[in-house]
Amino acid sequence: MSYASQLATTLPELVLAAGAIVLMLVAAWGGQRSTRAVSIASVFVLVGAGIALIGPASSGATAFGGMYRADAFAAYAKVLIYAASAIAIMVAPRFFAQTAGDNLKPEYPILILLSCTGMGMMVSAGDMLLLYVGLELQSLAAYVLASFMRRDTRSAEAGLKYFVLGALASGILLYGISLVYGFSGTTLFVDIAQAYAGDLGGERSLGLLFGLVFVFAGIAFKMSAVPFHMWTPDVYEGAPTPVTAFFASAPKVAAIGLGMRVAIEAMGPATADWRQIVIFASLASIVLGAVAAIGQTNIKRLLAYSSINNVGFALVGLAAGTPEGVASVLFYMAIYIVMTLGSFLVVLQMRDVAGRPIETIAGFSGLSRSHPGLAAALAIMMFSLAGIPPLLGFNAKLEVFNAAVQADLFVLAVVAVIGSVPGAYYYLRIVKTLYFDAPAEGVAVRTDRFEGGLLAATAVFISPVGWFLLAPLGAWTMTAARSLF
Amino acid sequence: MIHTLAFYLFAAVVVVSAALTITSRNPVHAVLWLILAFFNAAGLMVLVGAEFIAMLLVIVYVGAVAVLFLFVVMMLDIDFAELRAGFVRYLPLGLVLAVALVAEILIAVGAWSTGRIELGRRIAPIDGALPNIEAIGHLLYTRYLYVFEGAGLVLLVAMIGAIVLTHRNRTDSHRQNVSRQVARRSKDATRNVNQPVGQGVEL
Repeated sequence: MSYASQLATTLPELVLAAGAIVLMLVAAWGGQRSTRAVSIASVFVLVGAGIALIGPASSGATAFGGMYRADAFAAYAKVLIYAASAIAIMVAPRFFAQTAGDNLKPEYPILILLSCTGMGMMVSAGDMLLLYVGLELQSLAAYVLASFMRRDTRSAEAGLKYFVLGALASGILLYGISLVYGFSGTTLFVDIAQAYAGDLGGERSLGLLFGLVFVFAGIAFKMSAVPFHMWTPDVYEGAPTPVTAFFASAPKVAAIGLGMRVAIEAMGPATADWRQIVIFASLASIVLGAVAAIGQTNIKRLLAYSSINNVGFALVGLAAGTPEGVASVLFYMAIYIVMTLGSFLVVLQMRDVAGRPIETIAGFSGLSRSHPGLAAALAIMMFSLAGIPPLLGFNAKLEVFNAAVQADLFVLAVVAVIGSVPGAYYYLRIVKTLYFDAPAEGVAVRTDRFEGGLLAATAVFISPVGWFLLAPLGAWTMTAARSLF
Repeated sequence: MIHTLAFYLFAAVVVVSAALTITSRNPVHAVLWLILAFFNAAGLMVLVGAEFIAMLLVIVYVGAVAVLFLFVVMMLDIDFAELRAGFVRYLPLGLVLAVALVAEILIAVGAWSTGRIELGRRIAPIDGALPNIEAIGHLLYTRYLYVFEGAGLVLLVAMIGAIVLTHRNRTDSHRQNVSRQVARRSKDATRNVNQPVGQGVEL
């Protein structure tokens, strides 16, 4: 394979990395004034990277000796990642402009671009080495983004907590990778799969199994699945709201995409072994995400538990370990990020009279009377997250349960359905706060035409209008999932 | 013959300077002994044919890490006498840890020599005749190019992050304005005064 064709295969990451470096130079000379221009240019770089996906970058080719895989699976995950990141860049300027203290700096969009480069490497990884470097690139940028508001002690705490726990998780993951490498003699996913299948002669060694457990523990941390979820509520609460919206969407897709690739491509022959881990993490996430969210009074903490809960449902599909299961997870993630970004867009509009962001759930009381549109949008998101029928959140859950049942995991599906009931309770409690409580004092919602438009688009996507998209989305996720097997 | 002689020379100096690193009273001397140990370890690496690791030892450990140690030792106000005070008290614990480490090394060597751990399969086999710097360079810029560049981006993010999180524009610091300095003429800065005797000086 020629050098030029290898570069063409990795074009999306090249566009992102080159764009980030050029914009960094612009920011270095332009300083604070260039923030707006750099933000707009970053969105265009993301669009450019999305366009670069067409062609060799989604053809199913591999580059650099099988290290980099440019298949339909990677392309699908990258589309979701780029879209979510673009929204995180677009909503930031207004948030920082209205928040006293820290200004938005041009490094914000640049760090998101670099984080996207890392996420692209994660979902395209065909080798443990690339997996790790991509993961670190994504995480390191995320640590900085979490503590972006330097004057806010909660933001600094979030960044520090995320960094320390993230470094621990990287250590666990790396330990697992080194065990797998030691006992299989390779870091390439396809060759690791051979080692798990026992093709190397003799029975499979215990070391490979230990490696599998540690690798899954590290990845579970990155996707914030129970029991490695402890950092999530604190980090989501402390980070600036646009950054929280970013954390809850793009890196989640990347981590789950990475988890699926490792599970299917590298450890596919050991499905029976990792299935127990995934089932445990899935059920624990569903139950803990639902039960712990009930007592929350902060909307960002509540959405953090909601994200843990949703990761649990997505893992139900992965536990199936079939192409249908992987397709259902991809489908779930697409709908999940739209619901999450929609919820955060509503949270971004909430301000008190002094212009400070409102983060308490009590602040949403009686919103339907002053801002019926905003209240309706949040209600749609909550109903959809709870999985109530005509909305797409229901279809997403239905798909993953369906995949689990087809793989004969009846008990898992039934327990997961039961586990979604307490989840529905706290989602519906927010709807009750919106519509039936007395209006809260001192709320001065500041809406914005652009963000309102985005919010309306997400709400329409989730609503029954989105049913028109189900067929193409289903076909696309199936193609993407088949490329893994 | 000369090979053996060089080995014993380097090895003896490494052992002696390592011992002096932990026993010398002056911390700056300890760091200097450490640098000597690094240099001789690099010599040992050259003897076994690992010239890349030898260069790394000199460039990374001597060039950067040891200098950093020196700075830290000189900048920080550490009372080494106090640090040393608990030596006898912690000696048993230290010995236990040392024994555990030695036991682990023996077990690892034993396991290695029985050949049960399959490390034979290499994903990127290298030509034995190639000097190892060339071999590493060859792999780094072909097969591992993408990951290598990715590691570069990780460093870039670390740099951007450090600056974003710590840099602030200080209003109380004096900055150099080169063009103003160059444009300044002597007549702007000095003046000739015919000072009358017996009167005060105007400043």
